[in-house]
Amino acid sequence: MYFDTVGDFLSMGGHGPYVWFCYGVSALVLSILVGVARSRRKQAEQQIRAIVRRKKASSSSTTQH
Amino acid sequence: MSDSGLAKLVVAVLRRDVMASLRRGSEWSNPLVFFVMVCALFPLGIGPQPDRLAELAPGILWVVALLASLLATDSLFRGDFDDATLEQMLLSHQPLYPQVLAKTLAHWLMTGLPLSILSPVLGVLLQLPAKGMLALMVSLLLGTTVLSFIGAIGAALTVGLRKGGLLLSLIVLPLYIPVLIFGSSAVKSAVEGGEYFPQLAMLGVFYLVALALSPLAICGALRISVDQ
Amino acid sequence: MSISSTFHKWGSPRWFYQFSGKLLPWLAGLSLLLLVGGVIWGLAFVPADYKQGNSFRIIYIHVPASAVAMGAYMTMAIAGAIHLIWRMKLAAMVMKAIAPIGASLTFLALLTGAVWGKPTWGTWWVWDARITSVLILFFLYLGIIALHQAFENRDAAAKACAVLAIVGAVNIPIIYWSVEWWYSLHQPASISFTGQSTIHPTMLRPLMATLSGMYLFFTWVLLLFVRVEILDRERNTRWVQDQICGESR
Repeated sequence: MYFDTVGDFLSMGGHGPYVWFCYGVSALVLSILVGVARSRRKQAEQQIRAIVRRKKASSSSTTQH
Repeated sequence: MSDSGLAKLVVAVLRRDVMASLRRGSEWSNPLVFFVMVCALFPLGIGPQPDRLAELAPGILWVVALLASLLATDSLFRGDFDDATLEQMLLSHQPLYPQVLAKTLAHWLMTGLPLSILSPVLGVLLQLPAKGMLALMVSLLLGTTVLSFIGAIGAALTVGLRKGGLLLSLIVLPLYIPVLIFGSSAVKSAVEGGEYFPQLAMLGVFYLVALALSPLAICGALRISVDQ
Repeated sequence: MSISSTFHKWGSPRWFYQFSGKLLPWLAGLSLLLLVGGVIWGLAFVPADYKQGNSFRIIYIHVPASAVAMGAYMTMAIAGAIHLIWRMKLAAMVMKAIAPIGASLTFLALLTGAVWGKPTWGTWWVWDARITSVLILFFLYLGIIALHQAFENRDAAAKACAVLAIVGAVNIPIIYWSVEWWYSLHQPASISFTGQSTIHPTMLRPLMATLSGMYLFFTWVLLLFVRVEILDRERNTRWVQDQICGESR
């Protein structure tokens, strides 16, 4: 550990706000990327499930006749 | 096709486009009017002090000439696309490369060339020292050709889209940056009494590269725009 | 024959989907390990720079973001060329997926560069050669995204973006070199700081960790996006429906 105390680590000799802001925003942007990919995947899955449901419904209704 | 046939094709397309644009008038005059008007805005925006204007003049003149050339680029293929001439051009047995080359050169003759010829007048308005005039003209002559070739790629990509204009600037402006850097630097060097041949030589290199490579991209882009 | 069969395999969205599914957990784990580990190492254990103090610690996110953003553009151009030459659909999907990821990373590089500049040079923005180049790269990404959105036809959008990406990739070395030259002309004497000369070898090791972590992270997110695109495009095929509703059928 380079810093002696936790307070030193957080303040970084006055540069703390800059450093922590950078890492905060980076974490945010990177997790947004993963989050967007995840939510699009869920959307796509839902649409595919809907297609399959519709297909099943139409095939079962034709077999009843 | 024989060499003389190719030359004839280039000359025919060149002549047709230049005549059409001369007939319409607005196509070549609008960029010039834009150039003059925007240059006149700068003294109003930053103040009339001659020494300050003189210092900024190379950059202003080059940026405004670049924008004028950009605005004119949108119409490069638009007319031919709308009346299906472009489609015929792609389907015909004539090679596309020389036709695209001729169209782009014709476009430069009607926009870049008048801009370069007019530029010393605007240089006077913006207090550009007399030492810089020749460098301004020559750098614009070479530079606007490159701008036309790069802009033609963007115009070919966006010609099939209804709202092309602003999009064209977004995709083309970053590619203009090297030309702007060397063009304005040539003028600045000339004003300071320095050597400006290296910058012009660089613009010449850009010109040759653009002449050789950009028609390939333009042809590909036109095919995509017409096929969709 | 083996080359063409490999190519055929890579061109098959189904094969790619199943192959990339096996890679995902490894990519996710390794990239997060390297990124988080490298950042903790760089933030807490590496000694401060004797000139810049602690603000240099921003390097562990700034440099990886800019390097990967640059590499991503080149990858996008290569994917575009593959799509144009061999009509490989998968390449078009890769290209479409890279643009927003690359733009985000470029934005990150710009933002962290600006914040780094404040304590180092005393100003948020310097028209320094490297920052200017990254800004232009950001513009190139925005152009690709704007062009893609303007097309209604998906295939035409992919082809047009491929052409633009290739033109951009040919221009990038020229642009970077021009900006470098431009900066050398105008370099103000007051800014004598150069990034590389003050970097100590112990500072470099965590950078290697975060840099490789960022490459892996990019690959991971790219695969996530491409897989969604595959599902979207092939939603009417049997294999996709089996994949998603495998148990219920």
